[in-house]
Amino acid sequence: MIKSARLNSVGVFVCHCGINIASTVDIEEVKRQLAGYPGVEFVKDYQYMCSEPGQLLFKEACRSETVGGVVVASCSPRLHETTFRRAAAEAGMNPYRVEIANIREQCSWVHHDEKEKATIKAVDIIKSVIERSKRNESLSSVSIKTVKKVLVVGAGISGMQAALNIANSGIETYLLDREPSIGGRMAQLSETFPTLDCSQCILTPRMVEVGQNKRITLMTYSEVEEVSGYVGNFKVKVRRKAAYVDWDKCTGCGLCSEKCPKKVPSEFDRSLGRRKAIYSQFPQAVPNKTVIDRESCLYFKTGKCRLCVEACPLGAIDFEQEDRIEEIEVGAIVVATGYDLYEKEKIEEYRIGYCEDVIDGLAFERLLSSSGPTQGRVLRPSDGTVPKEVVFIQCVGSRDPDHHLPYCSRICCMYTAKHAMLYKHRVPDGQPYVFYMDIRSGGKNYEEFVQRTIEEERVLYIRGRVARLYRDGKKVVVVGADTISGKKIEIRADMVVLAMAMRPSGGIGELSKKLKIQVDQNGFLSEAHPKLRPVETLTRGVFLAGCAQAPKDITDTVSQAGAAASMVLELLSNEELTHSPTTAWVDEELCAGCGQCVAQCAYGAIELDTRRKKAHVNDILCQGCGACVAACPSAAVNQRNFSISQYYSMIESIV
Amino acid sequence: MNVTLSSSELKKEGIEKTAQLSGANFFSCYQCGKCTAGCPASEFMDIPPHEVIRLLQIGQIEEILEKNSIWICASCITCAVRCPKGVDLAKIMEALRQIVLRKNVNYVHPSSVSKEELRTLPQIALIANFRKLTG
Amino acid sequence: MEVVSYMPGCTLKTSGRNFEKSAITLFDILGVTMEELDRWVCCGTTYSLSSDNIMNQLAPVRTLLRAKETGRRELLVLCSMCYNTLRRAQSLVLHDKEKRDKINEFMYREKTTFDGDEIRVVHLLNYLKDSVGFERVAKRVVKKPSDLKIALYYGCMLLRPHEVSVDESSEDPTIMEELFSLCGVTPVYFPFKTECCGSYQTVNQRDMVLSRAERIVGSAAKNGADMIVVSCPLCCHNLDSSQQRVADTVRGFRKIPVMYISQLLALLVGADDAGDYRLHSVDPRPVLKEKGLIG
Repeated sequence: MIKSARLNSVGVFVCHCGINIASTVDIEEVKRQLAGYPGVEFVKDYQYMCSEPGQLLFKEACRSETVGGVVVASCSPRLHETTFRRAAAEAGMNPYRVEIANIREQCSWVHHDEKEKATIKAVDIIKSVIERSKRNESLSSVSIKTVKKVLVVGAGISGMQAALNIANSGIETYLLDREPSIGGRMAQLSETFPTLDCSQCILTPRMVEVGQNKRITLMTYSEVEEVSGYVGNFKVKVRRKAAYVDWDKCTGCGLCSEKCPKKVPSEFDRSLGRRKAIYSQFPQAVPNKTVIDRESCLYFKTGKCRLCVEACPLGAIDFEQEDRIEEIEVGAIVVATGYDLYEKEKIEEYRIGYCEDVIDGLAFERLLSSSGPTQGRVLRPSDGTVPKEVVFIQCVGSRDPDHHLPYCSRICCMYTAKHAMLYKHRVPDGQPYVFYMDIRSGGKNYEEFVQRTIEEERVLYIRGRVARLYRDGKKVVVVGADTISGKKIEIRADMVVLAMAMRPSGGIGELSKKLKIQVDQNGFLSEAHPKLRPVETLTRGVFLAGCAQAPKDITDTVSQAGAAASMVLELLSNEELTHSPTTAWVDEELCAGCGQCVAQCAYGAIELDTRRKKAHVNDILCQGCGACVAACPSAAVNQRNFSISQYYSMIESIV
Repeated sequence: MNVTLSSSELKKEGIEKTAQLSGANFFSCYQCGKCTAGCPASEFMDIPPHEVIRLLQIGQIEEILEKNSIWICASCITCAVRCPKGVDLAKIMEALRQIVLRKNVNYVHPSSVSKEELRTLPQIALIANFRKLTG
Repeated sequence: MEVVSYMPGCTLKTSGRNFEKSAITLFDILGVTMEELDRWVCCGTTYSLSSDNIMNQLAPVRTLLRAKETGRRELLVLCSMCYNTLRRAQSLVLHDKEKRDKINEFMYREKTTFDGDEIRVVHLLNYLKDSVGFERVAKRVVKKPSDLKIALYYGCMLLRPHEVSVDESSEDPTIMEELFSLCGVTPVYFPFKTECCGSYQTVNQRDMVLSRAERIVGSAAKNGADMIVVSCPLCCHNLDSSQQRVADTVRGFRKIPVMYISQLLALLVGADDAGDYRLHSVDPRPVLKEKGLIG
């Protein structure tokens, strides 16, 4: 309860933030300058306002002092605005009367060399926020009801894990993937580091568990078409791609594929093996259904063939099938779209005299896999012989800001060690070489694994990047250097395996636009905060898991998927959600119905009533970004507690 | 030979001069050795190209200047084109040569080129050679 | 008749004169006149790599000024070293205002300034591709050599740094392959096509140049080339004149003639000879006769 408070009076708290602020900004001077400022009732300071005693001090003042609002001069509002607003509410003050003046990120941190000027700037920042605070309104949050269903996009190990955690907690989950089967990249792997567990053997039971879970609806061979709505109430249009096979009838018996006369390179086997035009993605596929690849199918090309129709005992082949759009409603979305490898053809100096025996890491996984095109035997793609000299090259495309990708792909050190070790197990008289720059083996039992590769398997590690590769007859010449001895090294290899950089899987750009979430400079999805909100996006209700966010191994992927699931559960555990009321509103008397605000709104929150020629803001969709306010030519759009008049008064206070 | 490092050792004149003349930031080099691996001349050098950069990083320019590497470099620019960190090693080599040549030192003496060679060598070979290797 | 301004450079007037002569013949047949600049000066051969050396930029810039005075926008260059030096000097003047002003201030007695965007320095290959058109060159081909296999050698200065590369890729260029394939000649796989020949080290590091020649020519020979085609008088010298000495020491080394791009093209479009054969160390006539390119 605010006792006889004058609404335009303000109390100010100045936080020292230990030495973060206080060593640059002269706190006493700030207090002195603000003491007599119009409307300021009191100025208090404390070492850490966000600490327990700081909060007590804050609450006590909110409760007893006769002020209309408070200004906390501290760090960025992104860190503690919520903290102080919550505290104010507990003390009986309207939380939207609390404002943060950022004198850390925007002042002390960037001006630590200029203490006097920093102090002047801090005072200016605080004064301007005082002016804004004096003109704040008491607002109350908007409530939204939630749909207790979840969509998980991407059914690799991260999507599967998140879906299982959510569904097992009692919430209906849709699990979507653009491929015909769930399983993702992990289904392609041979064995996993550092335990050498067979990937299929640990993954398949999970896939079956997902497939049999009553609360998980599989939507494979599907893509997200359109997303509307908002946290708690997303509407998602899903494109169910035509498989040209009636999946209700198909049992995955495989008779159609046997009869199909058309063979094409298999994507799943990284083109080392072939599949038919009608195919099931891999033997353990879930759901175990076939699809027709329209581009390769003879019937679609020539109008003749139909051998699959004859072969199918259930009459499941349906050339007339078309894509369907299905609409679902969900309260939250988890994006787990995974990764692709950077294309090896982009490395110009490694492609001279293109050679089939230069392959990427995933292709080598297929060679090692017992269900792969060679049944686990390491054979050269060019002639099927056993390669006796094999060179593994790390950091290909990674850590190369000048030509390719600047970041470390994080898993290559470990899988290369695994590759070299498994190669040695398969070909005991072969010699593996690894060109590396650094060995990054942080992880439980990882370093020990690498050491074993070097010491016991006698894999030769050579520290240096490879300058170029070229074909010489049946050999691939690897031109490298050993920076430790200073020697130039040439190896006439039978096979070269490139640990290509990881990048977000194709289509992430369009998907992120549909979901209105951000991507970073490398195209990975951006988390809300790198340390404290690693699985959330800035769009409420949309969460991240796995390699769509950044390169990571299976262990971390599964952990992150669990974290994303728990955030989803936390969100949906509330019957209602609250939404910030600092939204935009339209003064209809001034609105001319030009529609410029509609065009600016990234959230689809503004509608134009074309009959009345007036714009209207949907409070729930509005994220309070202010783009419409800036766009309106007649100043008809204003944002609550960010009004244009507030900004004018802020500017006047400092110029 | 032990190297004693200190901040002044790392910032001594020759190092700063090399940075200035080359315009290259050799501190961004992470010693991957791709320059050495691709260098067509490195097998004739006393120390390989990546080591030239390393010695600059640890302030040991005198040691570089005692070796033949900077004189063997033929400015073919392969290293600079491939460097993942955009370090222009060709320019660094040139800067190091200039530091020596500007003391009126010649690495090649035009008078030592025989009449026969003068007759058969194309002009561009001679002009380029003298430009690169004389003060 | 199309006319193009042209800067030969020093070596094309002496040991590289087959390059110039054959290019003039080729352009004649293609219907283009190469008009040599009046007062060109030596390009300096190597682009100055030290940031404070503006003096070495003056020579190429003066030649670019001469080109500007012709009123044409392009300057054709054949020699790889001239191409590299002129092209980089032009780029420096265009992008570095401070150096541009200094250079122009120094040349205050010139009638006009050079600002970098008045002249495009174009190498023979790019001129043939973009202004003449490879198809048009191919249409003029009158001699169809039976199974002539060539190793196309780019060397350094046509490709590096990447900003001046005559091809999109400075690691795996294909512009010469494109041209000669259209003209009915077969380029061989040649993984040493971009590796340095040793350049000016030929003066005082003869061993290094011999070792380079051994690897480069050896690779061409191993891949079945009948000849090596080059665009640089220095590469030509290093690869051609070293072969006898390599052959004296390396058993089984097969010598291959080295010719300029325009020498071979001129023969293909109907020239009677490829110039003065005495300038070649490895005589190309036996191969040219065998393949029906000369009588």
